[in-house]
Amino acid sequence: MATRVATSATRRVFVQWGAAALVGLLGCGGGGTGGGEAGGGGAEAGGAATGPILVGEFGSMTGSEATFGQSTHNGIMLAVEEVNAAGGIGGRMVEVKSYDDQGKTEEAGTAVTRLITQDKVVAILGEVASSLSIAGGRVAQQYGVPMVSPSSTNPQVTQIGDKVFRVCFIDPYQGYVMAKFSRENLKYDTVAVLYDQGQAYSKGLKDDFIKSYTAMGGKIASEQAYTGGDQDFSAQLTNIRAARPQAVFVPGYYTDVGNIALQARKLGLEVPLLGGDGWDSSKLTEIGGQAIEGSYYSNHYSHEEERAEVKEFVAKYQAKHGQVPDGLAALGYDAGRLLFDAMKRAPSLSGEDLAKALSGTRDFPGVTGTISIDADRNARKPAVILEVKGGKPTYVATIQPT
Amino acid sequence: MTDLLQTLLNGLAVGSLYALIALGYTMVYGILQFINFAHGDVFMIGAWSAYAVAAALGFTLAGGDPPGWAAVAVLLSSMGICAVLGFFIERFAYRPLRSAPRLNVLITAIGVSLLLQNTGQLRPVFGTQPQSMPALLPDTTLFQVAGVRVGLVDVTVVLLAVAMMVGLQWLVFRTRFGSAMRAVSHDHRIAALMGIRVDTVISFTFVVGSALAAAAGFLFAMKYSGLKQPADATWVLLGLKAFVAAVVGGIGNLQGAMLGGLLIGMVEMLGAAYLSPHLRDLYVFVLLIGVLLFRPTGIMGSTSVEKV
Amino acid sequence: MTASPWAGKAGALRPGTAAAATAGVTPFAVGLLLAAALQYAVGPAVGPFFSDLLIKIGINVILAVSLNVVNGYTGQFSIGHAGFMAVGGYAAGALTYYTSMLAWGGPQVQGGVFGVGSALFVGACLVGGLVAAAAGWAVGLPSLRLRGDYLAIVTLGFGEIVRVLLQQTQDVPFTADEARALSPVEMATHLGGSLGFSGIPFYTNLFWVWCFVTLTLLVAYRLKESTFGRAFLSIRENEIAAEAMGVDTTRYKVRAFVIAAFFAGVAGALFAHKIGTTLNPRELGFMKSFDIVIMVVLGGMGSISGATIAAVLLTVLPEALRGAADYRMIVYALMLVLVMIVRPQGLFGIREIWELPPFARRRGR
Repeated sequence: MATRVATSATRRVFVQWGAAALVGLLGCGGGGTGGGEAGGGGAEAGGAATGPILVGEFGSMTGSEATFGQSTHNGIMLAVEEVNAAGGIGGRMVEVKSYDDQGKTEEAGTAVTRLITQDKVVAILGEVASSLSIAGGRVAQQYGVPMVSPSSTNPQVTQIGDKVFRVCFIDPYQGYVMAKFSRENLKYDTVAVLYDQGQAYSKGLKDDFIKSYTAMGGKIASEQAYTGGDQDFSAQLTNIRAARPQAVFVPGYYTDVGNIALQARKLGLEVPLLGGDGWDSSKLTEIGGQAIEGSYYSNHYSHEEERAEVKEFVAKYQAKHGQVPDGLAALGYDAGRLLFDAMKRAPSLSGEDLAKALSGTRDFPGVTGTISIDADRNARKPAVILEVKGGKPTYVATIQPT
Repeated sequence: MTDLLQTLLNGLAVGSLYALIALGYTMVYGILQFINFAHGDVFMIGAWSAYAVAAALGFTLAGGDPPGWAAVAVLLSSMGICAVLGFFIERFAYRPLRSAPRLNVLITAIGVSLLLQNTGQLRPVFGTQPQSMPALLPDTTLFQVAGVRVGLVDVTVVLLAVAMMVGLQWLVFRTRFGSAMRAVSHDHRIAALMGIRVDTVISFTFVVGSALAAAAGFLFAMKYSGLKQPADATWVLLGLKAFVAAVVGGIGNLQGAMLGGLLIGMVEMLGAAYLSPHLRDLYVFVLLIGVLLFRPTGIMGSTSVEKV
Repeated sequence: MTASPWAGKAGALRPGTAAAATAGVTPFAVGLLLAAALQYAVGPAVGPFFSDLLIKIGINVILAVSLNVVNGYTGQFSIGHAGFMAVGGYAAGALTYYTSMLAWGGPQVQGGVFGVGSALFVGACLVGGLVAAAAGWAVGLPSLRLRGDYLAIVTLGFGEIVRVLLQQTQDVPFTADEARALSPVEMATHLGGSLGFSGIPFYTNLFWVWCFVTLTLLVAYRLKESTFGRAFLSIRENEIAAEAMGVDTTRYKVRAFVIAAFFAGVAGALFAHKIGTTLNPRELGFMKSFDIVIMVVLGGMGSISGATIAAVLLTVLPEALRGAADYRMIVYALMLVLVMIVRPQGLFGIREIWELPPFARRRGR
């Protein structure tokens, strides 16, 4: 290649060209907003009384956590279909505009900015992973648009401000529930912990579990970590085996837990595993097989519960998607319904009014339990404990918040 | 004692897997002097196509013990799929860039890597759900030493890694085709003048490299039966560590790849067991930098003097 | 809307048209004016979303143009740029966050574009740049005797080490009282870990971003035209010949590295204070570095205008494709491969846009 370095030449033209290019590019960026679920969004924030009501959703439709985004999306869309079939909200139909954030906080922030400022949505639904909800929630708070997270359990999410809500319980509660269950029901004295240090969810739940468990007189035999992306856990499991615990608390996602169970059994570590709502997927037992038998985890709901809401939801979901809905789908459904309920009660669809209506939610009959929004904008609701038995998660107990 | 032995065994098993992937990196680098970043993704496709073939043949977890030929059939078909894939990647993405600066080829490789990941997670291809690989190789216990269980899969991984290294060594240094490969590696223009069909040699290198990646993918799926979805960070990180292994051993050197793989596996496992499991990735990259600072071309790499 | 700071620079830097002193100040002044125009005229006119996009563009321009100093001018091969960005971002973010906590009792934005908070923010950006530069020096000094791919691998390793270490940090204190209880050393280890560092006040705006863009472009341009820069170029063209001509190649390589790291740190700082970001170690890994390398190569190695335009294109493209859902990254990857095949030398090769045929009458390469 030739080696001429820059010398000055006619640059005026360049400036004009550059300006034209930039303008053109941004035009192109604006033109690309089509697609997604909504056709032509005409709703304004604050709610002009005509046209459809536009609600934004951001989720991980691609990337490592894609199944979470897709389950949640299915749940939300079911709620939307229901509300529209029942005549919409005040005669207006609800439309959802969804953007993929690839499981990245930077993308989540941008997606929410775009939903609020370009698409002019009146409310936001999302995300599953807490770090993404925090990124999106800070934007929603900044612009004063209410956001409801279906399933981010980290306490920091709703601490962002008065516009961020959730319909799931939080990690300290979940950690407490599992600690209580393993200490009082299972009577374990020593438990080891293996968590994903790359996931805020896993780390937070681990901390809360340890806090509760040691306060109840239990002993943590060994605390081991892995990083999302690890596929081999033998080093950590060998350490745990040496500590001889009665159970291992694994607050990770089901994608890892199945492999962890298999590898633990191969190493001769036969104690049961304990976990949280990240385990919730039919894939858990498929991958874990025999190895995951006899393990327990806490969850938002069980599709085996006898409540009418659960039965109706499970039937509808199965008819549409041909599979049993997981907890994330149920939470997506509840988040959508809770938001629409607040919209019906709110005097207008402005951020202030909607947030007020959301925080006034009391005893809402959700699929994942009766939901009341507390002063910290968290949902107070029960957790269920499931046991993996015969290749299926089986309902064991419901633990009510105290 | 048991724990130390167990840790060493863990390191050996993981290290051999790294070595298997590293062999592919090192072979392509040896011939073309370029880092084929898409190799890790071909490995991923290898693992996933093994799953897809097994599922298509009707071997599922619930379907009882698969027949003995199942493993061979699945292995060969996934190697075939990846060999074809490797051929097309080279033909359409890398060959047009043969005389372009190396950075370009690297970026094309990144492009191919993104393409494979994102195509892989489309619903009609492999989808976004993790899947469970049926146990085609029964993981029976071969023997036990001091309370440490040695399983069939681990032994197969180690043996296959050694066999492939020896096989490649033979191919490169003992066959006519191998001399052609070495000639191309030395100077592809002069090699062309000597009557060597450079394009054929390079295509062949990619086909072999990709088939190796598929074999590694198959064994990976046997060892860790819960396959994460194609765009998961696991695959990228595995590819990266295998690449680090190739570099630590001396990229371009086949024994080096083996040595590097084992070294990385051991460092990771010993570090996680005796220092802290939190910093597992750190040990790998510190080892990499440490080795490169003292031996700039890796442990077994050859230093070449640049001619003026 | 205009492509602000080049306008000033390009017009005023024409050699021999003005006295040296004016030539030094004018382009920067014009850059400032254009940044102000973006902030007060363009920003409000296009709305928050496009302002956000313009901010992202600015940050990416800084990243691409600074990496270009190493990869383009000097011909070295760094793929750890995101590591320096992370170092700068965390340093600056921690500085503003903890100062705000201690001084004002909370992470709220203080004052306007020129308020006291912004002063802190600009200071933090420079500190972030300096910390990253120091990191660049520490990494560069031992490793720059490695060549080509090996250097690339070491920089990649560095980026990954930064990621792992940041993941080990503790949660950020949420209230002023919790923050006051920490010693300065403890503050440096409370950076959010894997949850990410959130809560950093949103100080980044169009004005400050494009001021730093102006600064980056000017430095890059001046560098390229100076003796200093010619030494970089000579290393790229032929390291052995350069050495024979008396260029201390290692020292110049380290310098290039430090300069690039400084601006990467500044970009990281701007990124950290942008609305909608949480600093997350997972996302400042090598994939981010690759994104920046792609901008440099797409623009053409060593071409400032090329890197700039590539940065603009590659920021806008994924956003324009957002509606395409599953197929978005596939399209992006395909385009990448195609561009590399169709135009292996990048958009402008090693030249600047004004040296190319439609603008310059001269032909040939």
